[in-house]
Amino acid sequence: MKYESQGIAKMYFIAAIALFVGQILFGVTMGLQYVMGDFLFPEIPFNVARMVHTNLLIVWLLFGFMGSAYFLVPEEAERELYAPWLAKLMFWIFLVAGALTILGYLLVPYARLAELTMNDLLPTMGREFLEQPTITKIGIVIVALAFIYNIGMTVLTGRKTVINVVLLTGLVGLAVFFLFSFYNPDNLVMDKYFWWFVVHLWVEGVWELIMASLLAYVLIKVTGVDREVIEKWLYIIIAMALISGLVGTGHHFFWIGTPDYWQWLGSIFSALEPIPFFMMTLFAFNVVNKRRRDHPNKAAVLWALGTAVMAFLGAGVWGFLHTLAPINFYTHGTQITAAHGHMAFYGAYVMVVLTMISYSMPLMRGQKAANVTAQKIEIWSFWTMTLSMVAITLFLTAAGVMQVYLQRYSADPLPFMVVQDKLAVFYWLREVAGLIFLSGLFLYLYSFFAKGEEVKLVEE
Amino acid sequence: MSRRLASTCIKLIFYLKYKNAVPRSNTKIEPKLLPGDLAIWLFIFMELLVFGIFFMVYAVMRIQNIEQFNYYQLTLNRELGAANTLLLITSSYFIVKAVHAVKANNIKNCIYWLYAALAGGLGFLILKTWEYIDKFSAGISLSTNTFYMFYLSLTIFHFMHVILGMLILFAIVIKAKGGAYSAENYIGVETGASYWHMVDLVWIILFPLVYIMR
Repeated sequence: MKYESQGIAKMYFIAAIALFVGQILFGVTMGLQYVMGDFLFPEIPFNVARMVHTNLLIVWLLFGFMGSAYFLVPEEAERELYAPWLAKLMFWIFLVAGALTILGYLLVPYARLAELTMNDLLPTMGREFLEQPTITKIGIVIVALAFIYNIGMTVLTGRKTVINVVLLTGLVGLAVFFLFSFYNPDNLVMDKYFWWFVVHLWVEGVWELIMASLLAYVLIKVTGVDREVIEKWLYIIIAMALISGLVGTGHHFFWIGTPDYWQWLGSIFSALEPIPFFMMTLFAFNVVNKRRRDHPNKAAVLWALGTAVMAFLGAGVWGFLHTLAPINFYTHGTQITAAHGHMAFYGAYVMVVLTMISYSMPLMRGQKAANVTAQKIEIWSFWTMTLSMVAITLFLTAAGVMQVYLQRYSADPLPFMVVQDKLAVFYWLREVAGLIFLSGLFLYLYSFFAKGEEVKLVEE
Repeated sequence: MSRRLASTCIKLIFYLKYKNAVPRSNTKIEPKLLPGDLAIWLFIFMELLVFGIFFMVYAVMRIQNIEQFNYYQLTLNRELGAANTLLLITSSYFIVKAVHAVKANNIKNCIYWLYAALAGGLGFLILKTWEYIDKFSAGISLSTNTFYMFYLSLTIFHFMHVILGMLILFAIVIKAKGGAYSAENYIGVETGASYWHMVDLVWIILFPLVYIMR
């Protein structure tokens, strides 16, 4: 760690991991509710569990991105963070606002929460993933503005590299597109249309810039490959991500009441969306093969390579699977979507944040890399979580294929709930895989506390 | 017989593998396949892939709606399209002159030719905007019919590429003015020129495909 203010990342990462644990606990709860509908009812109904599961994911990833930015930007900009106190203040504001929101979901009925937070003054609640009370949304905007001001000033007054400029662009985009969550037109088509401006343009647009720059940063650090080479890759990847991803939003507009041409534009452009992810895989392996040094942090290298592969599989392949309009006609909103969502979020964004944590946490704790035992445990947790996520995805895909057939494709389609009953076996298997994932996560937590022989440092 | 065949095959493979090999020496002479930075070629390849898929989809839809496509094609302004083709090809010629100029270490001329190429691009944008105003004021939109959907989305997508190409050329002008290029270091100019040729090439396919072929 070269700059003292980089250490601020630590509190963000700890919060991120804690919320990650919460997310998975609600995930396995909900997984069980798929097959045992009254499990924990009425304390935690399915809709609440789902809301908490997805909202926690988004919030902890945001903590992860912010922490990553606070660690990365000072080093890239070659100066201390512009206002470390602001970063600390925003951390607490964001954490308290996030915790209160989740408690609100859990303790009072959603309609009552809307009343309490005076949603009627500026109605923004009640939409998937954007369930947060309006006041929380305003809080998110304030935190995001302060964060971008802090990071932006650090970049602008320091050394500008391709990595920190791409990261900053991604973060600004993240903040700008979130503003669409305040736009809540009465017309349901318009509502859905702009809802995707937040949801799609985040995960298939600006977040890809954040992901690519974080990955590029870690790869420079662990491989020692020339910055120039890595920057070129970064340029091509983000150009391709934007070319395919922006108009690719159209793949959500097939059946929501928007004009027909979206079926064409959405299909053509989103068919190309796997390309940037494929390039990321090529990039990561290429760079690691050409490494100039063997970094003692083996776990971080593994996470980086894993991110590239799993993002390509989850976002690229599983996305392509159902992105063409004629196929999506049958598959939209089925378990195929759930399969894609799980692997894509894990492969792209969870893993890239864990890559950053894996690389930076030892540095912030005054080591070059975690000790041998801790790394071994971390690598075990990598495989446990990753393979169980592959299993979750495969089981959900199987469920999805069967669902599409029984509910939509066969000669006499069956009703939704009848089909759900027939899918129970896959849901049970998915639940088992989910529990294995949870055990992998506990292993991951344990890796931070494991004691062992220090790693041997190779002279660079 | 089979042994002779096998040995011929092996010889052939070795020939193909090493025919371009350069004898090892201290001087670095590598056969250069592509002008400009390799990265831009990756990008060009992907751009062509996008347009390629778009063209294929257009072709398939045309087969399925041949009467509609033939009928509405006649409403397009071929003269403006032809003028635009000329503008882009000429502009491509100017960019070649710019590369030659920088190779001859004549930076001043290189900048002039770059401006000339940019002017060609600007001319294209103006004519195209005129064409769009004409179509939009006639109430034509993406929703009008399948033909207009493809006509508008293909040409607007290409229009954006002309703008991107011009931005790249403009960045090269600024760098050239700052003294970044010389007879030894001209890879940046070649890189921009390669991209500009791609923009031109796509139009050379797009124009006959959408405006002329029946």
